[in-house]
Amino acid sequence: MREMFYSHAIREAIAEEMERDPNVFLLGEDVAEYGGAFKVTQGLVGQFGKGRIRNTPICENSFVGVAVGAAMLGMRPVVDIMFQDFITLAMDQIVNHASKIHYMYGGQLSVPIVIRTPAGGGRCYGPTHSQSLEAWFMHVPGLKVAAPATAHDAKGMLKAAIRDNNPVVFVESKLLYGQKGLVPEEDYVVPLGQARVVREGEHLTLIAYSRMVGEAERAATALDREGISCEVIDLRTLAPLDLQSIADSVVKTGRAVVVEEGCLTGGVGAEVSAQIVENCFDYLNAPVQRVAALDVAVPCADALERAALPDAGKVMATVRQLMQKYG
Amino acid sequence: MDDKQLLADYRRMLLIRRFEEKLDSLFTSGVIKGTSHLYAGQEAVAVGVCAALRSNDFMTSTHRGHGHLLAKGADPKRVMAELFGKSTGYSKGRGGSQHTACAAVGFLGSNGITGGGIPIATGAALAVQMTASAPLTKDGHAGRNRAHPDAVVVCFFGEGGASIGMFHESLNMAGIWKLPIIYVCENNLYAMSVPLHEESAVQDIAHRAESYGMPGVIVDGCDYFAVARAVAEAAARARAGEGPSLLEAKTYRYYGHSKSDKREYRTREEEASWKNRDPILLLGTKLLETDVLTKDAQLQALHEVDAEVEAAVEFADNSPEPDPAAVLDEVFA
Ligand SMILES: Cc1ncc(C[n+]2csc(CCOP(=O)(O)OP(=O)(O)O)c2C)c(N)n1
Repeated sequence: MREMFYSHAIREAIAEEMERDPNVFLLGEDVAEYGGAFKVTQGLVGQFGKGRIRNTPICENSFVGVAVGAAMLGMRPVVDIMFQDFITLAMDQIVNHASKIHYMYGGQLSVPIVIRTPAGGGRCYGPTHSQSLEAWFMHVPGLKVAAPATAHDAKGMLKAAIRDNNPVVFVESKLLYGQKGLVPEEDYVVPLGQARVVREGEHLTLIAYSRMVGEAERAATALDREGISCEVIDLRTLAPLDLQSIADSVVKTGRAVVVEEGCLTGGVGAEVSAQIVENCFDYLNAPVQRVAALDVAVPCADALERAALPDAGKVMATVRQLMQKYG
Repeated sequence: MDDKQLLADYRRMLLIRRFEEKLDSLFTSGVIKGTSHLYAGQEAVAVGVCAALRSNDFMTSTHRGHGHLLAKGADPKRVMAELFGKSTGYSKGRGGSQHTACAAVGFLGSNGITGGGIPIATGAALAVQMTASAPLTKDGHAGRNRAHPDAVVVCFFGEGGASIGMFHESLNMAGIWKLPIIYVCENNLYAMSVPLHEESAVQDIAHRAESYGMPGVIVDGCDYFAVARAVAEAAARARAGEGPSLLEAKTYRYYGHSKSDKREYRTREEEASWKNRDPILLLGTKLLETDVLTKDAQLQALHEVDAEVEAAVEFADNSPEPDPAAVLDEVFA
């Protein structure tokens, strides 16, 4: 095991997969010499050349489409969308093409692409550079959505995504890039579709993914001192959802709070709570709660951004209220 | 082009025409559900393009894709079965007219999104180029994909499709990367009901090629030979590593945009003037003049083609419906 930044774990996954498979290549804006907006791909162009670490012009929809077409002939492109917000420009190629081509053409062709998208706020970048839009992609059949919370998972899940024969929207967290975690020396993958129990608890299950896993853990540690024992589940993959792991935990604790950085309405938590209510109703001792961003554009100013986004404190407040009423 | 190919291509243009005429009657009589965009009138473009291609070249298409599919060598039976929504269709009944692929002949799909195939074709061309330049692996393969290193990609779209951002974005990338691709704009003067002068500030789409560092060539889309010559030149250029081309074929669709269209935006006189230069008539006359075709052979071709279309309808009609229990199959690969 080595300590490694989340961003370096991603870079290592790309490099190892490119060495392993000549069909893997990377494309996106400023990915070559510049190393990507967050320096995640820095140095790769020296190793693989500009043919396989390919700068594109600024045209998200069409360079995603280029990846789709290349994938249909057997390449395995990894697409870099500089900020997740810009994925809005590529909705046609993702939603109408990448996700449907295998099914709608009768299984003749497949689209093994990975779309890497740095998401989330916390850096005062403002409304068009801070969003967490992953819930949209859970709504599209044929897409997988991965959102790792640790360096270990970032590497292992990216490798799984690159080897997957389907389009995968890979959600990276801008604030996690600079966090370190333990990463094995040897080759490993973290299969898509398997949640992880981060910590065990008795009274309540906190369900989170990506950066909110850390916030949920912080909340759980603090709440523990108040006598509230929280189990924390990291979903890791939003599509397909690991319903079994969610159910196993909720059946045990009888209470659930879903934590996400995206907006509340129509978010990941909406789907997860519906699943819990449909599948675990008899075991629930309290209504499922959601902690999410307020339904507002993520504002720039620090004070406003904090007000809009969820954090450990807001998770704790929600849990305390829930336990008071239904404890 | 030898006589054999000329006859085969003449026959194929006839096949497309009769296939579309049959479809029109099947839609009108309600045998087929959904909608369809017929290719009749534009046959010299699809068949002329394919005359200059190799069987392992690739193609993307549009919502008006039956002609492209049949020209590329797809089986009319399975195309018809797809239109009937049967399990024997190329897309197993899931795609229908606007979403049919035939990977076996390099046909990467008709497409229900106007212009949606343009970046996909561009990506296919990138795969071809990367395969060609990839270092061979230990077992002598340049990767395990289906791109042949000397293939070219043909990308069809209408002049309406040339308005979408993906046109600009994709041709720009192809120009920068010198991709082995031929963009073929079938300019049939109307995007649904909107005439060319309301869709484009320039009347020749080919002129836009200059912005992307590629040649832009205008051809008579009713003239099979002109199309084939232009594509042969563009394909040679692409195979030599010299990059993409934009061809604009001036053409005309005979039917309305789709089955519900009464063609109120254009005159019957305009339609008649285009039909005077019918692409099948032009090629047939030329082949008769040069003794490649005889009157007897022409009649025989018509009979054969009609029999082929009837056989396709029969195959489609007799094929099983898709199993509703399998509706969730192949959502994931
Ligand atoms: C993105 C998108 N916008 C609109 C449509 C509806 N539509 C289908 S075909 C068409 C006209 C296309 O014209 P053109 O590209 O010139 O092709 P043609 O029909 O003339 O062959 C329109 C507006 C669509 N399918 N997709």
